[in-house]
Amino acid sequence: MLLRNTYNELIKILAKPRSYIGFLALTVLIAVILLAMKADGQNFISFVTSSFEQTLSFNGLILNGNLIAFIILQMLIVHVPLLVALVTGDLVSGEAAMGTLRMMGTKPIKRSSFLLSKFLAGAIYTFFLTLWLAFLSLIVGQMMFGTGDLIVLNSDGLVIIPESDIMWRYGLAFCLAYLSLLSIATMSICFSVFSDNSIGPIVSTMAVIILFTIIGTLDVPTFDAIQPFLITTHMASWRSLFEIPVPNSDIIYSVIILVVHIIGFTLIALWRFNKKDINT
Amino acid sequence: MSETVVSVKNLNKSFKGFQALEDVSFTVFKNDVFGFLGPNGAGKSTSLRCMLSLITPDSGEIEIFGQSLHKNRHEVLSNIGSIIEKPDFYKYLSAYKNLEIMARISGKKVSKSEIEDIIQFVGLEGREKSKFKTFSHGMKQRLGIAQALMHGPDLIILDEPTTGLDPQGIVDIRELIQKLSKEQGKTVILSSHQLSEIEMIANRLVIINKGKSIIEGNVDELLNSSQMIVKFIVDDPNNFVKLLEKEFSDITGLSIKGNEIEFEVARQLIPLINSFMVKMKLNISAIEQKRKLEDYFIKMVQN
Repeated sequence: MLLRNTYNELIKILAKPRSYIGFLALTVLIAVILLAMKADGQNFISFVTSSFEQTLSFNGLILNGNLIAFIILQMLIVHVPLLVALVTGDLVSGEAAMGTLRMMGTKPIKRSSFLLSKFLAGAIYTFFLTLWLAFLSLIVGQMMFGTGDLIVLNSDGLVIIPESDIMWRYGLAFCLAYLSLLSIATMSICFSVFSDNSIGPIVSTMAVIILFTIIGTLDVPTFDAIQPFLITTHMASWRSLFEIPVPNSDIIYSVIILVVHIIGFTLIALWRFNKKDINT
Repeated sequence: MSETVVSVKNLNKSFKGFQALEDVSFTVFKNDVFGFLGPNGAGKSTSLRCMLSLITPDSGEIEIFGQSLHKNRHEVLSNIGSIIEKPDFYKYLSAYKNLEIMARISGKKVSKSEIEDIIQFVGLEGREKSKFKTFSHGMKQRLGIAQALMHGPDLIILDEPTTGLDPQGIVDIRELIQKLSKEQGKTVILSSHQLSEIEMIANRLVIINKGKSIIEGNVDELLNSSQMIVKFIVDDPNNFVKLLEKEFSDITGLSIKGNEIEFEVARQLIPLINSFMVKMKLNISAIEQKRKLEDYFIKMVQN
């Protein structure tokens, strides 16, 4: 029943026009970034490297697909959650608003199975959105700008990663990005269970992301204790994969925090949905 | 003794302090077309929602097909088809896709040909590929009935199924319900706030008001019992009442409003009263009679 309803959920997601907004928005945003880089990328690179030119000499193809993918990921990772929440935040509350939750609720499917199938469908949607992000930023980026060593600027200085050492990092980076987006998806589905209108959970998810991002960026001692446990703190953990050496313990900690959030949101949603009176 | 299909005992449900159901009890037997009668807000939909596990009652027992709904939800719901309030489907999907989705979780294997058959049965052939959002209210209702019937349930629950339909649509639904009961041996529970509708379709009924089950029984016995409420409109009401009280002892609830005299009396006495008054040279301009339960229901709705 779980798999049969997951199939149902995927059909519903595929039929809804809003499901394509995320793919369209990513395509447009990345196309704009790629075209801008094609037109003016060298100036952008010169601006970044100018401060190092007295001590270092840069040769080769610096503005390459690998760097483009890094820039795109950095720019978009905080915006993609909105695109995910647009679909996942509507999965339960949208049905409540439409009245179909009432129809589905009279069917002989366990409420837990019904909700878990929504989580699974949301996870599959998020996976394909992440895959699309990876394809556009990395594959299309490499096709347009070629490949080469990756020069990354972080708080410790410049890190130069040889071309042969990059793809596994991107593979894991997109896995981490997927895990971050999945935690956002489960959070929005969880909010969706508590609401009977489709906008509320989407707005609430974005409000939480904005709030957590602000708490995460503010250098206030009061927030120091909670910062390590916020989803948003770990949404940028993919960047650690582009450090030498890779801080494995930091990444594992991020994965644990994200997985705990995913499990936590799922359990809260299941508890609430199993008790929920369907009055709409 | 008929086989019991639904047994509801002492159902209670409150929402944030508001008592929506208070000790609601009723029994539905196999092959019944069971009317669930009550004014708007009486608790009909809440009772039906409890029977479909959409809401959890605070207390009480619901047994369907001899099984506890709470303990055997999956088995019980597999054998029920329902429409609660109004049929809502995925508006961006076609009628056929909507039925496919419902069929997948209906608890029984429903083949493509069975879906096509049910589409034909409810008269939606040719429109199955159209999106739900393009359907009229009548077509939505038909699709709702299709999803309720396609997995061949033995119990069908329809919440105000004729609301918003045109006269032909209402007749079609009535005929369909009778067909389901008489030809296919299904048990049907339908709610309505119209006594006339229940009287036309149902063989048994329960009246619900303010969250309580008031009366339950056979429609014919309840509605056509011998006790009637009759109103005489006469020229000389004082003389009429004097003669009435002198000659007929089984009169109760007598009231006079101008030329109108209303009282409760056995059905067979009404023509005798009429002929007696005519013999006494009293002018009677009109006689109106109402069944006691009908009068009770009208007053209940008015209140």
